Amino acid sequence: MTDYNEVQQDIVDEFSVFEDWLDRYNYLIELGNDLPGIDPKYRSNEYLINGCQSKVWLHADLVDGRLIFNADSDAIIVKGIVALLVKLMNERTPAEILENDLTFIDGIGLRQNLSPTRSNGLLAMVKKMRLYAMAYQAKENQNKKS
Amino acid sequence: MGFNIKQIRSNFPILSQQVYKKPLLYLDNGATTQKPRVVIDTVRELQESQNSSIHRGIHYLSEQMTSRYEAARETVRAFLNATSTNEIIFTSGATGSINAVAFSFGEKYVHAGDEILISEMEHHSNIVPWQMLCERKGAQLKVIPFNDNGELKLDQLDSLLTERTKIVALCHASNSMGTINPVKEVIEKAHAKGIAVLIDGAQMVQHGEVDVRELDCDFYVFSSHKIFGPTGSGVLYGKESLLEELPPYQGGGDMVDQVSFERTSYNTLPFKFEAGTSNYIGAIGLGVALEYLHSVGLDKIAIYEKELSGYALEKLARIDRLKIYGNATDRISVFSFLLQNIHTYDAGLILDKMGIAVRTGTHCTQPVMDHFSIDGTIRASLVFYNTREEIDVLTAGIQKTMEMLS
Repeated sequence: MTDYNEVQQDIVDEFSVFEDWLDRYNYLIELGNDLPGIDPKYRSNEYLINGCQSKVWLHADLVDGRLIFNADSDAIIVKGIVALLVKLMNERTPAEILENDLTFIDGIGLRQNLSPTRSNGLLAMVKKMRLYAMAYQAKENQNKKS
Repeated sequence: MGFNIKQIRSNFPILSQQVYKKPLLYLDNGATTQKPRVVIDTVRELQESQNSSIHRGIHYLSEQMTSRYEAARETVRAFLNATSTNEIIFTSGATGSINAVAFSFGEKYVHAGDEILISEMEHHSNIVPWQMLCERKGAQLKVIPFNDNGELKLDQLDSLLTERTKIVALCHASNSMGTINPVKEVIEKAHAKGIAVLIDGAQMVQHGEVDVRELDCDFYVFSSHKIFGPTGSGVLYGKESLLEELPPYQGGGDMVDQVSFERTSYNTLPFKFEAGTSNYIGAIGLGVALEYLHSVGLDKIAIYEKELSGYALEKLARIDRLKIYGNATDRISVFSFLLQNIHTYDAGLILDKMGIAVRTGTHCTQPVMDHFSIDGTIRASLVFYNTREEIDVLTAGIQKTMEMLS
């Protein structure tokens, strides 16, 4: 599995070819369209992260010690950013997710999309992904003890 | 003198800038308006060389500031054609003004079982203060519905105005649909039954002349920042006889006559409702903004905006798969719309990167969104410094956004 920070660097490199903002968004739209929608059974209020303007759904499972994320958004550009987050964090161990900092968002100039005032659910989604990692890590540690 | 749009735009320094290397196209005037140079200069000059608290000091600066503050009150009085400056209360904004009335009027006149009548198209700031009042007093909130064009269903007004109705609170113009409401007719009907009326003019005063004496409303409120003045200031107009009857809603300095631990007597109008150190620089800035508008001519502004609105509607209507929400005949230059199958947030992000500032979401009118069963709209709100060319840029931007997102 590619190193966490290498994946982040790859994403930044991919975006660096776009000089125009609209090209960057075009690419995000493409990524959003390519991300399979969340399993309908998780597209429910239980897994909803409600932003004021756009919605994000997130579900995570732990399979063989690695997190499998399932995520979606009703706004396509937000879904594109969701796709990047899933690409980075999917199939990682909880430790990998918790030990590394999220840097690519800044690197591709999308920080504004993660600011608390954007109300698009993304900031809450990143927090929730880390919470899943923490929860599964705690569960694993408990299993080891018992 | 004609309407020289180029000269008008040059009065607003912010309009000439670029964002993301594109010329700024500011169409979020419903949220806040930009400030003319004369307002910016006044605020800076007051901070730099004249700052002093009003109404208390006998020293030079305080006297100067006090007289400018009171002159601003006279400017507002003339702007609204109120009878007396005793009827002009400076507040923190339209929201502050409505909360003041909801509290003071509510304390005096609203009791358990009474009714407050608002409309389905109100901004949250003209809903929530009344709900809070209803909760405090055990009163009931009633709502005048609107039809799918965004026009009030006035045929229901008679039955909604009951012997329990204590006050009607209604927007002069809708911030999300652009409807201008026939407030005069509502006021007449309410008064015929002895019911008071508050008009929320936050979206109206910047678009044309308002005459509170002609309307005969009991209260009229608006915000400074939506009429080219500084943020954090606003106006509550109230009929003097009514304001005299109401208890103050905040206690503090300046609103009192005599204070002892046993008993406090209140100051006269308008000071009774201006507790604490008021935002005097904001109020004076508002006065300067109103004088500026007067120099441009509100009548000319109304004519220009009507023509601009017609052009915008015609251009927007030509875009396939664009649906406008709010099609009232009488309207301000505010347009809410949706692009088929496109999320408003996505559209807003892309338009932003083209330098186009619009608002997306519910515009603090969730009941309006519920009426149409939608989550939100894209809103372009124009004022007199916007142009036909800008509408062309907007419509081209919308076309491009639709290409990208479908």
